[in-house]
Amino acid sequence: MGSTIIEKIVRNNVGRDVKPGEIVTVNVDRVMIHDIFIPFVASKFEEMGFTKIWDPDKAVLIYDHLVPASQVDDTRHFRIGNEFVEKYGMKNIHRSDGICHQLMTEAGYVKPGDVVFGTDSHTTTYGCVGAFSSGIGYTEMASILGTGTLWIRVPETIKVEITGNLPANVMAKDIILKLIGDLGADGATYKALEFTGDTVEKMSVASRMSMSNMAIEAGAKCALFTPDEKTAEYCEIELTDKERDLVGDADAEYCRVLHYQAEDFVPVMACPSNVDNVKPVAELAGKEIDQVFIGSCTNGRLEDLMAAAEVLKGKHVAPYVKLIVTPASRKIYRQAVENGTMAILAEAGAIITHPSCGLCCGRTGGILTDGETVVATNNRNFLGRMGTSKVGIYLASPKSAAACAAAGKIVVP
Amino acid sequence: MEKFSGKIWVLGDDIDTDIIIPTEYLALKTVKDMAPYAFSPLRPELAAQIQEGDIIVAGKNFGCGSSREQAPEIIKTLGIKCVIAKSFARIFFRNSINNGLLLIENDKLRDVVNEGDEITVTINESIEHNGSQYPITSLPQNLVDIINAGGLVKAMRKLNGLD
Repeated sequence: MGSTIIEKIVRNNVGRDVKPGEIVTVNVDRVMIHDIFIPFVASKFEEMGFTKIWDPDKAVLIYDHLVPASQVDDTRHFRIGNEFVEKYGMKNIHRSDGICHQLMTEAGYVKPGDVVFGTDSHTTTYGCVGAFSSGIGYTEMASILGTGTLWIRVPETIKVEITGNLPANVMAKDIILKLIGDLGADGATYKALEFTGDTVEKMSVASRMSMSNMAIEAGAKCALFTPDEKTAEYCEIELTDKERDLVGDADAEYCRVLHYQAEDFVPVMACPSNVDNVKPVAELAGKEIDQVFIGSCTNGRLEDLMAAAEVLKGKHVAPYVKLIVTPASRKIYRQAVENGTMAILAEAGAIITHPSCGLCCGRTGGILTDGETVVATNNRNFLGRMGTSKVGIYLASPKSAAACAAAGKIVVP
Repeated sequence: MEKFSGKIWVLGDDIDTDIIIPTEYLALKTVKDMAPYAFSPLRPELAAQIQEGDIIVAGKNFGCGSSREQAPEIIKTLGIKCVIAKSFARIFFRNSINNGLLLIENDKLRDVVNEGDEITVTINESIEHNGSQYPITSLPQNLVDIINAGGLVKAMRKLNGLD
């Protein structure tokens, strides 16, 4: 009997074969803590009686949700974080470099086959390079900082095979939204997703990242892609045989297998206020909008900004519509300036913000009110996420979002 | 076996963590400060109405969304004795166990109860409502161990020789 990718990662970690449903204790390769939860992690860690971090170099602290502070109390999180880093000898801290999930892969903290936990639900993102990564709460994070271990239940795997060539107006975001719509918001709860097929093999790591990022919206514990040459280039490594072997075996056991033909995909949006409420953009066309947000750990990467710029080149954002663009990291911001993307977006009338979580978590940079509609490239459209509970949030790809910004209404890109 | 009764509040499917506590309140200093805003996007009056010992009965995928551990902590702070749902999201489930908030999975109860009804829970055995019994499946041993220790913080204190 063969193994799925997650079974291989856990096997390599614990040193023996494992089966879905088994509860095992894994050795953690890396942890990520963000600004919102650091005060709670710090107090639980000390309440637990720990006096040192098991391996300070394996811990990363990133300020992103609250950067720069929009409420007076936010600064308390930075002070507590800075004190924690100093006290326990942590070296890996990012105070204004971008969104945590972007930085974890971009700055080389995560490698194929790693076991990684973070205090953010979108920690599933690192499956884009073949790492097992998942979100946890602050109490469990405190216990990992002390022990370097965590118990997990080995998940069953849903295989998603995609073959063929995507239509020009379809992006990876449309694929993952369609999949979440098909699976439902709890369709992959406690399970691993495994993506395969020539369509995902042709995809950039950035596109894979958009997909693994949103796996949690179907409840998934992780979402894995097999590491390949693109992964190696992105991570700036040579793949080892063990890393190359992180592929689902032909005779592995899957609890479900889904097949999609790439040519069948169309641009879609997740409609208010559930991520699994997915409809073709064509069915929504004509709805007037107030704002567009292009950014987040889902779609704030260079290829996303370039896709938006391609749509907006020589055009202007519609009157009354605000277009907010938030690059996912400082590095992406710089690259987008250097290759002219930012100039195109600025000329088109975009409001360009500093790299951070920004509007995605509804704390800053474009809060909306009752009756307003926003088309956004981030990962959640929950009630009240970007302002009041009577804001309509439509989740879309950067291409769709840019086309809507120019038209002032929902249109097919 | 421990047994308790309580008045129920009934909620729907996919009650996400942004509903349980919106992000804008997460930087308040304590979960006690946050508790009045619990469920505010959906039912702004609910947090003030919940009494010590009440029970939440909800649909599928309760606690989906973010990893914010304040969600189960706030529910506990409000005095909710346990949450009974058709199913729970993964991170919320772990966070609840670690904070000693009792969760019970039951896919039938939600569809037969009305808000304000009283139910009786016998831990690891059954739920009783209007004379009908609904069996409860018991938790895996490693989770029982965490709950028995009084939550993960206490389990770690024990590990560090403090209690």
